[in-house]
Amino acid sequence: MMDLSSINPVVLVAALMVAATPILLAAIGELVVEKAGVLNLGVEGMMITGAVTGFAFAVTSGNPYLGMVAAATGGALLALIFALLTQYLMANQVATGLALTLFGLGFSALLGQGYSGVSPPRTPRLDFGWLAEIPVLGPIVFRHDPLVYVSIIIVAAVWWFLRYSRAGRILRAVGENHDAAHALGYRVRMVRVAAIAFGGACAGLGGAYLSLIRVPQWTEGMTAGAGWIALALVVFASWRPWRALLGAYLFGGIVTLQLTLQAAGWRIPVEYLAMAPYLVTIVVLVVISSGRARRTLAAPGSLGRPFHAAG
Amino acid sequence: MTTPLLAIEGLTKAYPGVIANEEVSFVIGEGEIHALLGENGAGKSTLVKTIYGLIRPDTGQMQWRAAPYAPTAPHEARATGVAMVFQHFSLFDAMDVAENVALGMDDPPPIRQLAARIRQVSTDYGLPLDPGRLVGDLSAGERQRVEIIRCLLQNPQLLIMDEPTSVLTPQEVDILFQTLRKLRAEGRSILYISHKLDEIRALCETATILRRGKVVASCDPREKTSRQLAEMMVGTALTAPQRVGRDPGAVLLQVDGLSLRAPSAFGTSLKDIALTVRAGEILGIGGVAGNGQDELLAALAGELRAPHHVIRVQDQPVGRFGPNTRRALGLLCAPEERLGHAAAPDMSLTENALLTGAWREKLVWQVFIDWKRARNFAESIIARFDVRTPGPHVAARALSGGNLQKFVIGREIMQRPQVLVVNQPTWGVDAAAAAAIRQALMDLAQGGAAVVVISQDLDELLEVADSFCALNAGRLSAPRPVPGLTMEQVGLMLGGAGDMEVAHVAT
Repeated sequence: MMDLSSINPVVLVAALMVAATPILLAAIGELVVEKAGVLNLGVEGMMITGAVTGFAFAVTSGNPYLGMVAAATGGALLALIFALLTQYLMANQVATGLALTLFGLGFSALLGQGYSGVSPPRTPRLDFGWLAEIPVLGPIVFRHDPLVYVSIIIVAAVWWFLRYSRAGRILRAVGENHDAAHALGYRVRMVRVAAIAFGGACAGLGGAYLSLIRVPQWTEGMTAGAGWIALALVVFASWRPWRALLGAYLFGGIVTLQLTLQAAGWRIPVEYLAMAPYLVTIVVLVVISSGRARRTLAAPGSLGRPFHAAG
Repeated sequence: MTTPLLAIEGLTKAYPGVIANEEVSFVIGEGEIHALLGENGAGKSTLVKTIYGLIRPDTGQMQWRAAPYAPTAPHEARATGVAMVFQHFSLFDAMDVAENVALGMDDPPPIRQLAARIRQVSTDYGLPLDPGRLVGDLSAGERQRVEIIRCLLQNPQLLIMDEPTSVLTPQEVDILFQTLRKLRAEGRSILYISHKLDEIRALCETATILRRGKVVASCDPREKTSRQLAEMMVGTALTAPQRVGRDPGAVLLQVDGLSLRAPSAFGTSLKDIALTVRAGEILGIGGVAGNGQDELLAALAGELRAPHHVIRVQDQPVGRFGPNTRRALGLLCAPEERLGHAAAPDMSLTENALLTGAWREKLVWQVFIDWKRARNFAESIIARFDVRTPGPHVAARALSGGNLQKFVIGREIMQRPQVLVVNQPTWGVDAAAAAAIRQALMDLAQGGAAVVVISQDLDELLEVADSFCALNAGRLSAPRPVPGLTMEQVGLMLGGAGDMEVAHVAT
């Protein structure tokens, strides 16, 4: 029997922010990478590597924040392998990205042996005092763990960086037309390597959010496609940071609603509900890449194209 | 004798297999427009990239006002006072004018201040620009203005211009020349690279001519004829293609009211295009790049589909047919982009010959490829069109531009088309190969085929075509017979200088 009255919208919104944070972190990182003209399909692999390194460091040191730093470092290191292969050895970006995902999944399973069933140190929520007691607003805005706020700050920072800073303009130029950027004397590879490392760090942090805060536990393959959703999200957001935030929360909302509906005993088989977020992603992608929407869908001009410095 | 602005002494730069520049020496004086002439592959681009700090020479040196000058990166060249307008625009489509200008500066001011300066400098030089517009929406002439303004904001002493007029209408060229003369009057020097000899004779007072990486002559171009300059460039006497009178026959290709949305965001939509080509006729379609040439070729080739009756080959509607069906009916096309569109870069010439010739030349049997026939077909193209290559097994990428162009045009001509459509058939091709390709197109028409030549090279169109249409913002003008058509009239058909002319009068 279905009882929708048991669904509390305030709790739902608070929960969707938590559900959305890992994919938001991964997506904002990948957005910067793609703005620099590189397509890194290894998000899933970098996320899960971040999840396991973060978990291991947090458990060993007892400090969840140290774990998060380690996760970002782990993700960035894996991303640098991708950077080396694609930017210097001219390997195909799509193939290398897929390899990175497969490698990350296997490598994390290896590293994670012995961590199954262990509980990580708790990450405390930020204490906003009386602010958290405001009805409706309090639970939604002021009762989260620090990383939720960090993710929003990163989105704002990326938005500002891409839009107003000189370095951000150069990064967009490299992604838009790498030959022209090279002709003007910009160091295309260096910009791209930096962007790839940033993307890896964000994906790693997103993974750590899963294993340290959201679940919190380590299980093999626990990212369960979140990296792919993050990739789709970048396209959905048409490479704009605030739209990525919106998309991530929309997606987080569907995930949360799906769980709530299950709990409320909706008579649709669980499998359909579990499918829902992915189906919605596909539908959104189809709608957004067809017809008139396509013209505003401004992919970076050099996205995925290898750069050879001529002469 | 005054010290020259830039003296180049004995520059040599070798790449594996080619010497791009060999012992190149010349001087550029203050306040001088200096022409650098040469065919494609003569080493002009390598030389200017060396001056701009993008390439480091193997040996030789440069002196800037008698002081040693050896830039290792473009920003050093810019700091010295060298600015460059690139041949293929170094612009970013998805960014606005002000951002594009800022990217070319080493120490850009905040965007708002920069926008004000762009407005001011651009009107000062009669090249008005709106700093807030997206570069992808600008015309070729306006895009070039962005590049020029970007250079001028850095107050350069030496402005390098690499083939600046190849994408401009004749009227836009006039405006550009006025700007350049104004710059010279201010005491700046310009290094002007081109292979358009009339322009050089009108604009420059000294010329250095390069052939195969070496300086072969220096002269005052105003004292030479275009023919003398051309012969210095090529090294041999040139023969112009022979034109024979033809009587037009039956209508082979007819297009009525073709309107198509552009497939990409920065493309041009085709609007109500109508054209008729008869047997034995060559229709020339002129226009500045980005006015719908690529879309028109794609629509005729079948890469873009149209309503069925809008395109007819020998009165048979083909609008809904794909490229292979159209080929079977005798409509063949050769697109502009050699590598990646007309030919697959990493496939051999035999495989590339197979790609379009498979059905008409019966190179496939059931589902199997007849490699022997395919190789023979490729060899016959190589022999008849004088393609310089070790053999048909060579990858398309390994051929020079001119040779590959002869191959891809030859591949279509050898299939005896009823209708042939080519886009930019001699773009980036040396003079001898260009003459051979033009001759082949004229011979094809002579043999009773209908030929459509889309090109930005107006001289070429006036040379080969019987009638001329202008393509402007996706619209095709009514055809006019070529005999008696002047460059002035052609320019007006191309839309003249558009808003440039008006703006110029206003300043």
